[in-house]
Amino acid sequence: MGMTMTQKILAAHSGKESVSAGQLILADLDLVLGNDITSPVAIKEFTKLGKDSVFDKNKITMVMDHFAPNKDIKAAEQCKMCRDFCGDMDITHFYDVGKMGIEHALLPEKGLVTAGNVVIGADSHTCTYGALGAFSTGVGSTDMACGMAVGKAWFKVPGAIKFNLTGSLRKYVSGKDVILHIIGMIGVDGALYRSMEFTGEGLSSLSMSDRLCIANMAIEAGAKNGIFEVDDITLDYIREHGGSGPVIYKADDDAVYDQVINIDLSEIEPTVSFPHLPENAKTFGEFGEIPIDQVVIGSCTNGRLEDLEIAAEIMKGKKCADGVRVIIIPATQQIYLDAMEKGLLKIFIESGAVVSTPTCGPCLGGYMGILADGERAVTTTNRNFVGRMGHTGSEVYLASPATAAASAVTGKISSPWEVMGK
Amino acid sequence: MKYTGNVIKYGDNVDTDVIIPARYLNTSEHSELAAHCMEDLDKTFVSRVKPGDIIAAGQNFGCGSSREHAPIAIKASGISLVIAKSFARIFYRNAINIGLAIVECPEAAEALSEGDTVEADLDNGIIRDLTTGKEFSVEPFPEFVQKIIENGGLVQSISNGVIK
Repeated sequence: MGMTMTQKILAAHSGKESVSAGQLILADLDLVLGNDITSPVAIKEFTKLGKDSVFDKNKITMVMDHFAPNKDIKAAEQCKMCRDFCGDMDITHFYDVGKMGIEHALLPEKGLVTAGNVVIGADSHTCTYGALGAFSTGVGSTDMACGMAVGKAWFKVPGAIKFNLTGSLRKYVSGKDVILHIIGMIGVDGALYRSMEFTGEGLSSLSMSDRLCIANMAIEAGAKNGIFEVDDITLDYIREHGGSGPVIYKADDDAVYDQVINIDLSEIEPTVSFPHLPENAKTFGEFGEIPIDQVVIGSCTNGRLEDLEIAAEIMKGKKCADGVRVIIIPATQQIYLDAMEKGLLKIFIESGAVVSTPTCGPCLGGYMGILADGERAVTTTNRNFVGRMGHTGSEVYLASPATAAASAVTGKISSPWEVMGK
Repeated sequence: MKYTGNVIKYGDNVDTDVIIPARYLNTSEHSELAAHCMEDLDKTFVSRVKPGDIIAAGQNFGCGSSREHAPIAIKASGISLVIAKSFARIFYRNAINIGLAIVECPEAAEALSEGDTVEADLDNGIIRDLTTGKEFSVEPFPEFVQKIIENGGLVQSISNGVIK
């Protein structure tokens, strides 16, 4: 029986010729990731194992991004615990303030993930690296601890939904609109326990930023992983970022899929997910005027250079609407530097926005943009659950960087087509 | 594995942000996490939960983040078992890995009412609602997962040499 991309990677990493959906396997890991929230729990569990070293100091990475730069004393203690552990274990890839960025933007940028890898991360958005043709999935801290100790993790081999992409995206429409549209179509548990595999001739029109954004939100459809077929765009990206030799796993022609969904990219419109679930996707025309209090452009979903470029194009020469607080967060130091050199930061600041150091901060209601009761935000982040960005009486509307930037200047939820034309 | 307790009932898509809001993730102390369990969904949970109580919920329980703090908070609050129509996958493996008993049973999750007294015998795959007299059957865990649970979680399984 044929295998999907994901099944082929899992078979190769568990020493098996083939695997099928439902099978339990023990797979070798190429990279184990943690952040300042999840690593402290993992370190405590690791200590219980009584090991004095990790399985491979080059295959573990910790990124201080959620509550860093330290938001309070407890956050400082958690970062210190990670710092001390990585020092004791001589972990090569420890990223602290000054070197860190939001983990899922940072790791691909640093070339730490390549096609064909198996990656686990104690962060649900670890599924992002599927954009590089890797099997990559979020786990908890105990899995991270055991992964650090033995370099293995158990998996139930997933079935898959195949997304066959055709056409190309229209101006001011991006990967974010695609994934919000898909989640709106299949629901927040539409891909539960399964892979979302992206393929088709439409791939060639999707940039790596689009793909990373789409794979990033596979978890919001309940998926175990999202994965893109590797093409020249992927290989160029891996080469440019110094990633190690890619191994390409293509799905068999007779691979078994639970479902095949065709998506014509040219039909996707700017899309907004309403509170309080990412599946509440709507397009403009389906709702009336909704005034806003805050805009956040950033996160592991949409804090990449391309995201900032499109936001700057829309905000250039315009002012943020009165009463709207606009927070821009480049996802890594490199993106921050590139945005500065390209003059994007000047555009943002002159429009009345603030630009923050890289952090996950407001996305999960940590700090750096918390909402009060009754406040409403348009954000490029990934979740709009009750209380996600602050008070349980606040509301988060998920959108693309273009829609967020358009909304920043109008003060209401606005399509980039409305502000810039089609 | 047998559990007896009273039901606390919730709906679909109970996410990890309401199980333990991120503002409390600057600690990993179990008792501190338990003190804020379910806070953004049900402010009365912490004051009314009794040791052994059972959560019955709808689809996609535990969706959202990978924070292990969520099953830890539930377990530390005294909950003995979570019965749901379905679980989000990271929450599912986290619960197994830390030794919080969970079971998928759409029929029971639908039929159980707030306050019902329930007895769950997972070895024999039976959930009994002692208040209404209804019985439900459940699938046992796969053998591999059962081994992890029998060994007291993933860390202990590695320590015991079950996983090498």
